[in-house]
Amino acid sequence: MNWFRDKVLPVLTVVLAIIALWYAGAIALNAPWAYDKATRTGENLTITTLIADTWTQDKPKLPTPDQVVREIWKTTGAMVLRGRTWSKRSLIYHAWVTLSATVLGFALGGVFGILLAVGIVHNRAMDMSVMPWVIASQTIPILAIAPMVIVVLNAIGISGLLPKAIISMYLSFFPVVVGMVKGLRSPDRMQIDQMRTWFASRWQMFWKLRLPASMPYLFTSLKVAMAASLVGTIVGELPTGAVAGLGARLLAGSYYGQTIQIWGALIMAAVLAAILVGLIGVLQRVTLKRMGMLR
Amino acid sequence: MSDSDGQGNAVIRAENLSLTFETNDGPVHALQDIDLTIGKGEFVSFIGPSGCGKTTFLRVMADLEKPTAGTICVNGVTPEEARKSRAYGYVFQAAGLYPWRTIDGNVRLPLEIMGYDKADQAARVKRVLELVDLAGFEKKYPWQLSGGMQQRASIARALAFDADLLLMDEPFGALDEIVRDHLNEQLLKLWAKTNKTICFVTHSIPEAAYLSTKIVVMSPRPGRITDVIDSPLPAERPLDIRDSKEFLEVAHRVREGLRAGHAYDD
Ligand SMILES: Nc1ncnc2c1ncn2[C@@H]1O[C@H](COP(=O)(O)OP(=O)(O)OP(=O)(O)O)[C@@H](O)[C@H]1O
Ligand SMILES: [Mg+2]
Repeated sequence: MNWFRDKVLPVLTVVLAIIALWYAGAIALNAPWAYDKATRTGENLTITTLIADTWTQDKPKLPTPDQVVREIWKTTGAMVLRGRTWSKRSLIYHAWVTLSATVLGFALGGVFGILLAVGIVHNRAMDMSVMPWVIASQTIPILAIAPMVIVVLNAIGISGLLPKAIISMYLSFFPVVVGMVKGLRSPDRMQIDQMRTWFASRWQMFWKLRLPASMPYLFTSLKVAMAASLVGTIVGELPTGAVAGLGARLLAGSYYGQTIQIWGALIMAAVLAAILVGLIGVLQRVTLKRMGMLR
Repeated sequence: MSDSDGQGNAVIRAENLSLTFETNDGPVHALQDIDLTIGKGEFVSFIGPSGCGKTTFLRVMADLEKPTAGTICVNGVTPEEARKSRAYGYVFQAAGLYPWRTIDGNVRLPLEIMGYDKADQAARVKRVLELVDLAGFEKKYPWQLSGGMQQRASIARALAFDADLLLMDEPFGALDEIVRDHLNEQLLKLWAKTNKTICFVTHSIPEAAYLSTKIVVMSPRPGRITDVIDSPLPAERPLDIRDSKEFLEVAHRVREGLRAGHAYDD
């Protein structure tokens, strides 16, 4: 009972408040269109018919939660039931396309980020020369780079998964470099002196001290990197001519004013992000627990 | 045990040793004109007010700091060569155990680094953990141990490999009196058993007098040695020796030395 009061109740309250606000917002934003329609047909709107209209429009400014949920069900569960999970109209198919590019981009970004961090920590010249470039790379808007990457790679015959993964990697390696450099440098002077008294080699210093010490930092930055990966992939899907992926769904939705479809794709992306970041959280707990760093 | 002539078997020999740190506020003379010889098997305490260079001197012996003048030999060679031949174990003020390693793993760490084989590692870890009374705690993580137990584990870690010299920088500084008494007694037993040379930094006069065969009294700004006291106490030292006349005399002389050192200031 206490558990319900302390954990569930606050969350439930917030969720209910958001849903209530959402419905209220839908009335406010969709009312002008309802009035427009009414004047054209000469109908007389009462409060109830107005509300009923704002909550059921085909192309509302702001779709209601139940419209979004129905859209998602229509494009996921219902498709599965009809055996059309991998059809072009299935959100599961599009989510899968986005997921695979995200995971590949995340893996590339993770490995690249870790390697860069190791280099930066161990090589003074690299520290001085690479870090400014790493930071500069993130000041260029990804929206400007994404189409160029797609076009250039397309010109040399690479298309599909890889260009998107590269854009996703471009966003995800950054938090890994920053977090990993901080983590590898986290051992204090005493710990490093201690290693020196044993005449440990650089390799041993890295393997037995710096790397384990950096683990908490690594996982924290991996979580950020995972979210960035997903954003990168979706941005990378926008200029691909709207073929597949959640980004393509977003773009197609906005072409045709299908706001419900846009929201469906958005919610799907959010769920995907939550699952992926949650998985890293689990990996973090398991790893740190096995290392004895979690009490 | 306490042959301090040091001819031929000096473990530490410092001559005219000086170390000046260049800081933004000008030079700091952490050590100046230090002359000291420490013979094999001695237990030497360094005592003095804060900032008199005790840690710095220990760090010079350990090749963690380079002197700016004078010479120092450790086991007859330079500190750097001594460090490379892993001639000493160093116990820092904080235990500094790795949180991701068990007690066993922590004590094993220097052995792994020095390339002892697996069977030897296990045997040594078992032996030194028994020596510091931590048998049975192998699988525990550092945070599961009290501060005193952690410090004992860090001493075990410094004892695990074959170094005849043990450098200890206020190893019991953060512990309460009762634990400290107990650890002091254990440390003396350990010293008798292992026959190592020990350099021990402390702020406590009774601790220095109880443990040492030789007490080095230092004074700050610049860091110098003001007195070197050879203890008349016997090798066998029960805790109640601290009520004996000899003990009180040693403690008195240390206190006098500290006071003389402070006179420089005023
Ligand atoms: N790396 C350093 N750079 C500059 N000055 C230093 C450095 N290390 C120590 N000092 C200075 O050298 C002097 C001696 O320091 P040291 O740590 O050896 O003193 P200590 O006797 O160990 O003091 P305590 O009892 O407080 O530990 C101090 O004035 C200190 O400020
Ligand atoms: Mg000190």
